[in-house]
Amino acid sequence: MGLKVMSMAQAIERFVPDGATIALGLALEPLIPFAAGHEIIRQQRRDLELVGPISDALFDQLIGAGCVRRVTAAWVGNVSEGLGHCYRRACEQEVPHALEVHDHSNFSISLALWAAAWNVPSLPTRTLLGSDILRTNPDLSVADGLVQVKAVRPDVAIVHVQRADELGRAHAWGPLGVSEEAGLASGRIVISCEELVDASVTLSDPNRILFPETKVAAVVPEPGGAHPSPVQGFFKRDHAFHRDYAERSRTVEGFEGWLRQWVLDVPDRAEYLKQIDPDALRIKHHRPSVPADFGDE
Amino acid sequence: MSESYTPQELMVAVAAREIRDGDVVFVGMRLPILAYAVARNSHAPEARGLFEVGLMRDQPASAFLGTMGDPPNVAGALWATRMSNAMALMAQGEVDLGFIGGAEVDRFGNLNTSYVGDPRRPEVKLPGSGGGADISILSRRWVTLMSHEPRRLVEKVSFVTSPGYGDGSPGWRKRNGLLGGGPVAIITTLGVLRFPEGGGEAYLASVHPGHTVDEVAAYTGWSLQVSDAVSETSAPTESELASIRRFDPEGFWTRS
Repeated sequence: MGLKVMSMAQAIERFVPDGATIALGLALEPLIPFAAGHEIIRQQRRDLELVGPISDALFDQLIGAGCVRRVTAAWVGNVSEGLGHCYRRACEQEVPHALEVHDHSNFSISLALWAAAWNVPSLPTRTLLGSDILRTNPDLSVADGLVQVKAVRPDVAIVHVQRADELGRAHAWGPLGVSEEAGLASGRIVISCEELVDASVTLSDPNRILFPETKVAAVVPEPGGAHPSPVQGFFKRDHAFHRDYAERSRTVEGFEGWLRQWVLDVPDRAEYLKQIDPDALRIKHHRPSVPADFGDE
Repeated sequence: MSESYTPQELMVAVAAREIRDGDVVFVGMRLPILAYAVARNSHAPEARGLFEVGLMRDQPASAFLGTMGDPPNVAGALWATRMSNAMALMAQGEVDLGFIGGAEVDRFGNLNTSYVGDPRRPEVKLPGSGGGADISILSRRWVTLMSHEPRRLVEKVSFVTSPGYGDGSPGWRKRNGLLGGGPVAIITTLGVLRFPEGGGEAYLASVHPGHTVDEVAAYTGWSLQVSDAVSETSAPTESELASIRRFDPEGFWTRS
């Protein structure tokens, strides 16, 4: 086994300290690393800054669990259900504590990450002209008729993928959202994957490798680690689970009960999966792509 | 007739009619996903759907979508890519029509999806822009859908997440450097509001079957302009309803 392969508990312990800026939920609705988020909650990380476009309900859960100091995001809620109730309580009532919000749009958070990836202080754009987001986010300013989006540089990006090898060459497919710029912008990357595969698999298609292996610090084999979000070729989205979370998280007590059931009273993702019926969500009709020919002589 | 379809089904049908054949549509979430499917299966066979998650399609997904990133939306896509590539098309003015959901809208089409009250200590923290602000500024024209309530159609939005026509003065968008043309319609549970050519203040263009102009005005938080030609919104056709029910078989979006 390579030195990068480890359990989720080890990866979070080593690479997500208190106060860290972490990017996650980077493919928007699919491939959200819920297992990583839940381990962060179990290890009681504090004062984190969360960076991402739309992390479905994961940001809401981390906020409700008291892990978060600042959110730098385009949208925080529950995609199929609407409002994020923990996010609301934090912003409106400082429950469990106050939260700083740096509002972005989807486009501007992507640009903030590209700026960091390219090591420049900011990037110009036409989006956000005329929006009050310019008034509330200190990382946005207007110069020469364009919005300047200041670079956002996460300490670590956490990305769930379909498969990876033990050296961190990760294959992801389907829409990628802001995964690439977030990975390149981050100091390092933690990968969790449905399948740990041999390097001969990943290297057979280098175009599909998401990140340079030099950025990848940890590879966590974590089947089902994105539940309830979908994973192309592996799992459908669990809509009923999102609805149940939306209903129970309406009150602090309801959220705490949910958190005990799904996070605090479960040691790891394998035990979590025993509470659901993964086979009901598993993709059964496969559509493999035609292999690309990388022949060279 | 009013028993045979829900207000959401009517809104989807009306939204679908906003899509022209050949349009590149920035689809967004919820009801617009169904609107794209209805349009594509009726009057707009050449319409393409662009999704900010990083997808382009030329036909609706073959199964129900809870989100735009669900696996059926990826299978058979024309393009699966990164979000900044989808935004690149919109930044070049190549998105004809966008859909945006809203919590609050004012008479000039400015949308709030961020904060009700003071942003430093809001009465309600809404989820935020997502791609809404980008669509409002960069797409060639856009449409919003919302429940028609006085607390949503308001005299003044507390926060402009997605700008419409700003303060309503002529040329506001151009003066402020906004690329796209702005909102063309607000589709609500009671009627359809439209904007004059070139922008300005919304007016009531049609009232949904079973409702009246007075009722719509009473549920609007500003003194609503009414078109001299105000009409009744055409009810969804059998074929529109069949499409809607095919793509939302359990009524997740349209019957709950």
